[in-house]
Amino acid sequence: MTQPFRIPAGGRIDRDRPVRFTFDGAAFQGFAGDTLASALLANDVHLVGRSFKYHRPRGILSAGSEEPNALVTVDRGAGRVTPNLRATQIELYEGLTARSQNRFPSLRFDLGALAEVAAPLLSAGFYYKSFMWPRSFWKRVYEPAIRRSAGLGRAPVEADPDRYLHQYVHCDVLIVGGGAAGLAAALGASATGARVILCDEQAELGGSLLSEPDVTIDGWPAPDWVREVLVTLGGSVTLLPRTTAFGWYPGNMIGLVERVTDHLAEPAAKLPRERLWQVRAGRVVLAAGAIERPLVFPGNDRPGVMLAGAARTYLHRYGVKVGRRAVIATADDSAYRVAADLYAAGVAIAGVVDQRAAPDSEAIEAVRALGIPIHAGMTIGSTEGRSRVHSVKLANGTDIIPCDTVLMSGGWTPSVHLFSQSRGQLVFDAASGTYLPSEGAIGACAGVFDLATCLRDGTAAGGSEPRSFAVAGVPVMASAGPPVAAAPNRRAFVDFQNDVTAKDLATATTEGFVSIEHVKRYTTTGMATDQGKTSNLNALTDVAALTRQGVEAVGLTTFRPPYTPVTFGAFAGPFRGKLFAPVRLPPIVAAGAVLEDVGSWKRARCFPRDGETIDAAVARECLAVRNDVGMLDASTLGKIEVAGPDAASFLSRIYTGDFASLAPGRCRYAVLLGEDGFIRDDGIVARLAVDRFHVTTTTGGAAFVLHHMEDYLQTEFTGLRVWLTSVTEQWAVIAVQGPRAPEVLAPFIPDIDLGAMPHMSVREGHIDNSAIRLFRVSFTGEAGFEVNLPSVQAQRMWDTLRERDVTPYGTDAMHILRAEKGYLIVGQETDGTVTPDDVGLGWTIGGPDFVGKRSLSLPDLKRTDRKQLVGLLPANPAVVLEEGAQVTASSTSSLGLARRSPQTPGFAAIPGASSEDDAGGNARSHEEKEVVGRAFAIGHVTSSYRSPTLGRGFALALVAGGRAQIGSKLLVPMPGGSIEVTVTEPLFHDKTGERLRVRPVPRPAAEPLLPAEVQSAPVARPSGSVRLAALAPTTRLSVRAGSSAATAIGLAIGVLLPTVPCRSVISRDRAALWLGPDEWLIVAPETASDLAVQARKAVGDHPASIVDVSHGSQTLEITGHRAAWCVNAFCALDLDVRAFPVGMCTRTLLGKAEVVLWRIAAEVFHLHVPRSFVPYVWACLEEARLEFTDAEVV
Amino acid sequence: MLLIPCPWCGPRPESEFRYGGQAHVVRPPDPSAVDDAAWGAYLYLRDNPKGRHAERWRHLHGCGRFFNCVRDTVSDRIVASYKPGEAPPS
Repeated sequence: MTQPFRIPAGGRIDRDRPVRFTFDGAAFQGFAGDTLASALLANDVHLVGRSFKYHRPRGILSAGSEEPNALVTVDRGAGRVTPNLRATQIELYEGLTARSQNRFPSLRFDLGALAEVAAPLLSAGFYYKSFMWPRSFWKRVYEPAIRRSAGLGRAPVEADPDRYLHQYVHCDVLIVGGGAAGLAAALGASATGARVILCDEQAELGGSLLSEPDVTIDGWPAPDWVREVLVTLGGSVTLLPRTTAFGWYPGNMIGLVERVTDHLAEPAAKLPRERLWQVRAGRVVLAAGAIERPLVFPGNDRPGVMLAGAARTYLHRYGVKVGRRAVIATADDSAYRVAADLYAAGVAIAGVVDQRAAPDSEAIEAVRALGIPIHAGMTIGSTEGRSRVHSVKLANGTDIIPCDTVLMSGGWTPSVHLFSQSRGQLVFDAASGTYLPSEGAIGACAGVFDLATCLRDGTAAGGSEPRSFAVAGVPVMASAGPPVAAAPNRRAFVDFQNDVTAKDLATATTEGFVSIEHVKRYTTTGMATDQGKTSNLNALTDVAALTRQGVEAVGLTTFRPPYTPVTFGAFAGPFRGKLFAPVRLPPIVAAGAVLEDVGSWKRARCFPRDGETIDAAVARECLAVRNDVGMLDASTLGKIEVAGPDAASFLSRIYTGDFASLAPGRCRYAVLLGEDGFIRDDGIVARLAVDRFHVTTTTGGAAFVLHHMEDYLQTEFTGLRVWLTSVTEQWAVIAVQGPRAPEVLAPFIPDIDLGAMPHMSVREGHIDNSAIRLFRVSFTGEAGFEVNLPSVQAQRMWDTLRERDVTPYGTDAMHILRAEKGYLIVGQETDGTVTPDDVGLGWTIGGPDFVGKRSLSLPDLKRTDRKQLVGLLPANPAVVLEEGAQVTASSTSSLGLARRSPQTPGFAAIPGASSEDDAGGNARSHEEKEVVGRAFAIGHVTSSYRSPTLGRGFALALVAGGRAQIGSKLLVPMPGGSIEVTVTEPLFHDKTGERLRVRPVPRPAAEPLLPAEVQSAPVARPSGSVRLAALAPTTRLSVRAGSSAATAIGLAIGVLLPTVPCRSVISRDRAALWLGPDEWLIVAPETASDLAVQARKAVGDHPASIVDVSHGSQTLEITGHRAAWCVNAFCALDLDVRAFPVGMCTRTLLGKAEVVLWRIAAEVFHLHVPRSFVPYVWACLEEARLEFTDAEVV
Repeated sequence: MLLIPCPWCGPRPESEFRYGGQAHVVRPPDPSAVDDAAWGAYLYLRDNPKGRHAERWRHLHGCGRFFNCVRDTVSDRIVASYKPGEAPPS
């Protein structure tokens, strides 16, 4: 007969739905509603694992998440192997495949059990004491062997094919725990109209009430009362079974992990396996219940020894008898109920061993009346049996009681882990010997075990008037007193999961560990995934007795999240694969390009032709630029529009250089420093008009530079009337460089005379009716232009030029071309410790004061022996130096790694340290003498390439006192020998700048670009209850202005600019969105393209910044009943319509992308997404709405 | 995750903000008039209190404004937030 220990009737399992499963390859049957633990027990399987350290046979201790022993691996196929799951939490499903862990070759015959013979070597803190000799064996022999034999299941190595989601949720009341108190709290809270979430780690809400068929509440049997309450709550409370509150983080943010599909035999692919809820709660009600404490006696870990309450749960909830003949060992009256119920179910109760001298209560009387012997004032001396207990010997040493089950209860410990994580204050309760939360907890979690009181307290904690319920069927019981310390014994286990015994605790205190935090770490009690759920208070009690102090004096260790293990998948959520980080694509799809990562961008590295190597392609591209004409997609450059009457003055304080003298239409190269005087970024500052500048930044520095400018503008230079607008995504940039650049471009830009543009100038004109900004600048040393055009037009321009035989070149060629001219790249030639003068840019410095200027006159920054930018030419022209290689002055075999002394050039002296200190006759000066005569690094190679133009290798380097060494020979030591190099000035091509000279350009007839290809909008997956769409282009203006100008602008463009934060105004076909106290986004139909002109006219003398950003972003629309829910999968804002009403708008984060989120209607959101982030945001929203689509994932 | 009260937008999740260091450190109006030691102190010396600390935050992914917070470094609770130019609450 299968399931010999299943009782004929009762329990909450579905006996009409048998479920087959395997454990260690053996086939079993259980019922729907079983856990793996209950099904194994029904089949008389008690041996389920081997212990962590000693490989002792272990059985099922509990019926819940506190289980320390029954950890198993569940195998759902490749990549779906989950180790260390608690058998007590695994819901049975058809075909479940589970395996025991930490045993070889089998669970029953485990070679690792030899560890027990070695137990004296493995005592507390053994890794500090044993295995010390020979010393070299620790790393190679002992540690690997110990690690192999210790521990738990094996982590899978295949990629996890399942999906995981995150969800941000806000609520007024979060109730943790769905037992009696939690349900009552939910009733109380939902009556107030609050937003309530109730979560519970178990599959079924109801907690201990599910195991109380004989108790009635308001006349209902307790399990039926639970059912009725859930129906009542269903409409108004978010009920989350299978959801563990695992961590309490700052700002009342609680982490919940919902196991969505682990209980399903064949989950739908569109469902996530797990969902991580990040709940921002107004208030948290802790109804997490209590955990029964084991008793600490020798052999208390033998299979068949179980917590008493667990046996009652298995009986009433799962219809399983845990044995035939049980001994009850207790310090608490609750175990007597267990005895009575098991007796009624046909389990022989061989005796109750009560460590209390004279226990007496209604529950005890009931047991005595059954004729069950009660041994008062007695404890268990030991247990016997191998893989299952077969008898116990009482501590009096004479009585031996045969049994197959020992049920123990040391009383109940309130589950205060979450409260402890919240940094709440725990209060010691002397009567129960436990710690209780000082606030916010109800029910057993607060040390209240009377059901009627739990229910009444619960309704009050929910926020309603306290409500009483009529409770019947619970006998009057006395709670256990404080735990009693156990005698030190190396088979009396305190912490089952970490194999810590009472002896280990005694050893630790004997060795001088007094603080409980030290004892915890030395013995490992209460550590790791278990976090001391069953062991903490017993350990505390033992340590208190051993150190002769009160438990409250010992104090409690800090509980750490997570409460129970959380999968990496849940933490990673959707942020892996293509959503790991946004991949930003430039507006030009460069056919044939080899791409590389530059920050978050993908840029074209080079464009190999058929059969061409990368090196050959790069060389060809370089020569094309030098001899003909090439083009580079430079769209990723950061671009900032700086506008306002004080713009020049502001820029003069941010960049090196004085921009008051820069005429409109001219550009200047500029360097941006930190206040410490070191280079942070560089770029071109172009003056479009007296009060308007277009500033470029490096690709990687765009966000930083804008932040840096806003910092000084908002907090230091507050009097200036200047506004900043990012136009990085508005403008695409095509750099057209080379002798033929002017003639190639001229036909497409009829309204600008290219031959009249001096080097470093800017003009505004048109290509095909689109406004452009044309820069005559060069990062290659050749005559050239950077065409800034609306990003939507960039592809046409690129394709047209390509048809005119302009050679596309990538970042590799760009690097070589600029290095030949000695143009630096921030982050390559600079590393955050480099001043302008170090890299020969002292000429950029001007003006009265700018950020970082003062630091340039600090003594250390003026040293002449600082590392300076020079060129290096290897003596052998075929050699290309390694970037990062060190440069030395003379021959060495030590790779230039000699110690530095304060006299060494390049050594950063401590400011304020006097030279007398350096020359002092201390121990160091002896070392310095040793250095003399040996080579040391005086610099390093920053850039190195083979130049197709020069036909040889060349490099840029930072070398101490380098400018004074031009012409001399240095060495670059490499493993194969030192390479001789000659120091040169950092300029290798066109030293006079002749090639940059402007020549007249014929003005040919205007020619059109290629016709535009129809851009296909992304197409959403088949619609379900949430729809996603990309909207048609619109006109967008970024308006930054003071209040009077804002009013004038509003009147001129026909929509008033809202003054209330995060609100919008809609007027006919246009809208104004508040984005900041002086910032608005204007959205209008695409046809209103002259809106910026109208607005600029309207402001008159009021300073303001009005920038057309139409092409910088795209609008996505998400619609439907669950639209807010889907946005909340990636956005942390509270999107309840009361908190985020219709018309509300704000910048925020969606995943890792910044967007403007705007609620158009209750179920409609618009997201203004920067152009390059559209694919990422789109993919995020698709991921979120997948479970609401009709179609299955393929 | 902290919930940070932006003086303009109200309480927002920490992920929208960027930390800006100690508040009320004023850049010398004329740096050239400051000696090296004082300039070094302005660059590098900051308080590290146990308890209340006035610090700058920017609502970077929101309204973009810098403002000041008083945060208790022991409890990690934000006691107050206020606009630039306003005095810290006593």
